[in-house]
Amino acid sequence: MTRYALRVASVAAALGLWQLLTSRNIDIWLRFSQFPTVADVARAFAGRLSGEDYWTDLTDSLTRILTGFLLAAVLGVATGVLVARSRLAEDLLGPLLEVVRPIPAIALVPVAILLFPSNEQGIVFITFTAAFFPVLVSTRHTVRALNPVWEEAVSTLGGGRWRILGSVVLPGALPGIFGGLSVGIGVSWICVISAEMISGQYGVGYRTWQDYTVVDYPGVFVGMVTIGVLGWATSTAVELLGRRLTHWLPRTSYVPGPRAARTARGTATPVPAGPGPEKGVPHDQLV
Amino acid sequence: MTSSSDVRPQSRAGAGLALRDATLGRPGVPVLHGVDLAVAPGEILTVVGPSGCGKSTLLRTLAGLLSPLDGEVTQDAHPLTGPGADRALVFQEDALLPWRTLRANVELPLAIRGLPRPERRARAESWLASVGLAEHTRKLPHRVSGGQRQRAQLARALAGAPRAVLMDEPFGALDAQTRAGMQDLLVEVLRGTGATVVFVTHDVDEALFLGDRVALLGAGRVTAVRDVPRPRDRAAHDEPARVALRRDVLTSPSI
Repeated sequence: MTRYALRVASVAAALGLWQLLTSRNIDIWLRFSQFPTVADVARAFAGRLSGEDYWTDLTDSLTRILTGFLLAAVLGVATGVLVARSRLAEDLLGPLLEVVRPIPAIALVPVAILLFPSNEQGIVFITFTAAFFPVLVSTRHTVRALNPVWEEAVSTLGGGRWRILGSVVLPGALPGIFGGLSVGIGVSWICVISAEMISGQYGVGYRTWQDYTVVDYPGVFVGMVTIGVLGWATSTAVELLGRRLTHWLPRTSYVPGPRAARTARGTATPVPAGPGPEKGVPHDQLV
Repeated sequence: MTSSSDVRPQSRAGAGLALRDATLGRPGVPVLHGVDLAVAPGEILTVVGPSGCGKSTLLRTLAGLLSPLDGEVTQDAHPLTGPGADRALVFQEDALLPWRTLRANVELPLAIRGLPRPERRARAESWLASVGLAEHTRKLPHRVSGGQRQRAQLARALAGAPRAVLMDEPFGALDAQTRAGMQDLLVEVLRGTGATVVFVTHDVDEALFLGDRVALLGAGRVTAVRDVPRPRDRAAHDEPARVALRRDVLTSPSI
């Protein structure tokens, strides 16, 4: 409870500071006089929420990012496993991937414009490329780092290639794959917004840039807040799914820290205030 | 303890394993030379030797995970081509898949053999019960003790009804009391499976207790294979013949 209070307080304090600096038109090297106040932004936000465009923008951006990200997740994992497990695939694909990887996805806008018949597909392509490489690289690393005993055990139980892939490689690599997915969803947002700013029709990025060109600063902030909240929601979703699928990992976190325990009780109770992982509670309760 | 063992079909007879003039090791790094060893169907052969003498290499070769660098390795007079469900390997530790519950781990060989889910569930539960883990079937491996994990591994290896069980210091990481209990348990659950067992250990007493025969490894070769008097009989521990064999093993030049 205390921790939630702290989190809310932290956000409230930041908003309060913003309101204070902007409403007083404070100019001390950093100039807040031109800056919209929290109240301005909130008013603009309320106006947008009742309009239709806002929701079109939202669903457009979400559709783009989810399509690109899901494609990247599937193909990134598949390619990562392939490159890690097959020397032939590594020789054939490795150099290509390593050359394309350093190119920032947003720099592929010209390629996307040339290649794809519509803007929409171009944006999805850029989003895909952004997430693809983090997923690929972390999948490749964790597949290579898998404990060889697991594979040997399954093969001496009679398991063939596919059984090993399905029962050892994919589940064993999940923790690393989700590391890549978490990074990937973040990079995807950066790229989908940038791509929309450059070439989109509708979409949160497009709207934010439009507002900027017509000097509607509260509108720009509405866009930014929207991006922030959407990014947060999607990465939380990835994170929660990851935790659920890797609940088998032995964890030591999620034991209430000494700080929370002390403030909650007012006494210096030693750490194990909650169900510790060693008490044999069902694992679901720990994650 | 084996009340529900009727769910489990009797396994086929044990496999006969043989190495003829075999050189074993990883490519370019031979560890054992000129290995001539025949393991009779259904017998328990223990292999004892100091760390790094090639015990695990021998076992991995028998499992089919390593190919012999030279010579011949056969199962029932047919050359080995690779790992298979016929020869299950039990590892020293951490070979259970950590994301599967104990029951799901034991179900694995049954799933590989294509058994329908209800049947493999019943058999897995029955095997876990016979190694004393009836209470823990739904737990993840890291939620149980090291000894319990090894019992689960034993259940998993036997669930697939292998014709040979290859054990690589399976009790090496356990404390002395747990280890003695595990040895008794192993003898108990092996009874009636008919499986051939090759059991690698660095513990001479363990080798002499479990083995029908004991093979000594050292200096890159099999130095001796000896019959054990009254195997799997705790009371025979102080018997003169056993004591003499124990002395021979401990003073053999390789150890």
